[in-house]
Amino acid sequence: MGKAAFDEMNGFGGEVRAAYSQLKAWLDDTPAELLEQRRLEAEALFRRFGITFAVYGQKDAEERLIPFDLIPRVLTASEWKILEDGLTQRVQAINALINDLYGKAEILKAGIVPEELIFANEAFRPEMIGVKVPGGVPVPIAGIDIVRVDAEKFYVLEDNARTPSGVSYMLDNREATHLLFPDLMARSKVRPVERYPDELLAVLESLAPPSASSDPTIAVLTPGSYNSAFYEHSFLADKLGVELVEGRDLFVRDDIVYMRTTQGPKRVDVIYRRVDDDFLDPLTFRPDSMLGVPGLFSSYRAGNVTLANAVGTGIADDKAIYSYMPEIVKFYTGEEPMLHNVPTYRCREDEALKYVLDHLPELVVKEVHGSGGYGMLVGPASTKKEIAEFEKKLKSDPDNFIAQPTLALSTCPAFVDGGIAPRHVDLRPFVLTGSKGTRIVPGGLTRVAMKAGSLVVNSSQGGGTKDTWVVED
Amino acid sequence: MILASTANDLFWMARYVERAESIARTLAAAGRISAIPQVTGEETNEWSSALAAAAQLNAFVETGKEPNEIEVFNYLAFDESNPSSIKSCLTQARHNARSVRPALTTETWEAINTAYLDFKKYEKAGHSLRAHQEFLRWVLDVSLRVSGTAFRNMLRDERYWFSRLGFYIERADNTARIMDVKYHVLLPEHSEVGGSLDYYQWSSILRSVSALTAYHWVYRQSLKPWLIADLLILREEMPRSLASCYQNIAMFLDEIARAYGKQGPAQRAARTTHSRLRNTRTEDVFHKGLHEFLTEFLADNNKLGAVIAEQYNLA
Repeated sequence: MGKAAFDEMNGFGGEVRAAYSQLKAWLDDTPAELLEQRRLEAEALFRRFGITFAVYGQKDAEERLIPFDLIPRVLTASEWKILEDGLTQRVQAINALINDLYGKAEILKAGIVPEELIFANEAFRPEMIGVKVPGGVPVPIAGIDIVRVDAEKFYVLEDNARTPSGVSYMLDNREATHLLFPDLMARSKVRPVERYPDELLAVLESLAPPSASSDPTIAVLTPGSYNSAFYEHSFLADKLGVELVEGRDLFVRDDIVYMRTTQGPKRVDVIYRRVDDDFLDPLTFRPDSMLGVPGLFSSYRAGNVTLANAVGTGIADDKAIYSYMPEIVKFYTGEEPMLHNVPTYRCREDEALKYVLDHLPELVVKEVHGSGGYGMLVGPASTKKEIAEFEKKLKSDPDNFIAQPTLALSTCPAFVDGGIAPRHVDLRPFVLTGSKGTRIVPGGLTRVAMKAGSLVVNSSQGGGTKDTWVVED
Repeated sequence: MILASTANDLFWMARYVERAESIARTLAAAGRISAIPQVTGEETNEWSSALAAAAQLNAFVETGKEPNEIEVFNYLAFDESNPSSIKSCLTQARHNARSVRPALTTETWEAINTAYLDFKKYEKAGHSLRAHQEFLRWVLDVSLRVSGTAFRNMLRDERYWFSRLGFYIERADNTARIMDVKYHVLLPEHSEVGGSLDYYQWSSILRSVSALTAYHWVYRQSLKPWLIADLLILREEMPRSLASCYQNIAMFLDEIARAYGKQGPAQRAARTTHSRLRNTRTEDVFHKGLHEFLTEFLADNNKLGAVIAEQYNLA
């Protein structure tokens, strides 16, 4: 893959980095047979708990495990501090952006982001214009995808402001490490992530509409048990101690949302929804949606229920908008952005398109609305034929694409094929914002490409996960 | 209060697991009696009876298969096209459980999920007598683990009560069906008793509801058909009897009514059936006709399920 990647344990091939000295010693002392045995144990554990996901379009593989890589990824407290400050700044800007876009639209008036990029965007919801989001925080839960390329530099690869998933793996992976390697855990000073559900609950409570009591009724809305992330939905409802509901469990009367209980209707104040905008309410959005609740949006507009996240936040996930994030952060916070953006070519601009077409073999090209690693081209890893085919797609609809240089994502030691080998990783910390500010549990979901050299970490594409440690310096 | 759909899933999860157990017991009893050399020359097909007890005789006949051991065993244990096969029951129970995962304890969830994962092993084991026995024993174990973990660990609130209601309604249904299939060999007191085959039939009924030992403890005499009817219908100390099921159903419905501060048609219907069972003597059952009695009971039991669903918005 061209230039050597930064390895988080071995740097660029010199000394073992301080953060990993303890883990390295442990790895040297632990025979591969033991790791293999633990790997099998972990698999059995995940199966028994039912920690599975469904892959779209694969019938026989209805429920699969996401590979759990045993070897934790280590970040130091000082590295975490950089991320924490940068993420807080970025997510505050994202919240301000959403409020502004559906409010006074000052950022458009200032000419920072081109209007047509917003108004012609599928993820922009005109229904939200002028809606006062209960609690004032449209994106209480954000998942920001981070990559690093050397010891100092972290890049934001993607913002997920819709319904970021994966937090159950952050918690389950930690639990698994505790169970599988209690000694290792006992001697490492790892900051705990277990309080995430409490933080999330506090955030959701803080955003309840004024009509709610001091003990608001909260529910997690899932598309149902056939959804790929259903395990996570039920996990979160369980940990939050709130009801897990499907659309059919809810109904709206006089702009108030109720759930159907054994004792009749019960009013719902806050919905942590894991259903996409399109499917939320057949009266407002897709009329064929069987997953939604007729009238939900009207109740929401009336300020009678909080949706977390708000409707229309997907505009911030758009990869063309992403390219403006440094300016967006500056505009709303008045500060220089602390986290870097990956340099991005907007194919909608002629000059950029020309450059991209000339340099396809070295670039990563992505659809602006894409997610899950689908529909993208990783130039250096593609054949001439694949590149030629992609070129046609790109030329026919350049507005739909952005391109970025292929980053040499950092690698971490992973246990694969009975041995330790470096594999590329990214990181998704979960950023919570309530009425009292932003909190980030120290850790996140590390996704790892299990194939040698691969840069695609998405679970839908065979990627695995790792426990992510933030250790005291 | 809980979500109506949660109550519904818990109710059905318990029903399906109990149904799986019941089919396993029926298959075990059928396997046993069919292994006995036929001395009387009477025509009997235990495998057809097993199908009838599982309310699957007509559906099976439609498949055009021979009602022999392998076909019936396959159909009742492994056939996914049969919604009441053990496989379908456990799959459905697991689906219900997964939907209400937060309402279950970890142990109960794991008992059901592990059963679902281990099922394949038994499907592949083939059709030896030993493989059959092992499989059936395993099904009983699964049921025991699911019930046991719930009994030991679940909070005593609506979640528990609704799941127990499903359990007992299913159980009453099964006991009544098993008797109804064999009602012609269950005769009133002082009637002419047939040959040794009848004796095997009676013991088979008792085995199907794991009551053979209990019979001897309660009556301390050889098998009499009217006493079998007495045991399985009227004796509250017999956990699979209709009376015992209704004692429990009435009790759990009362728990819910107390928690909700409101009695309703479900409580009244359960109380009515329960007190009828308490105030009935074996002679009354036979006087009415065992088959008629059981048919009426099955209809009432079925209706109670619907009344509960209606009263608590389960549907």
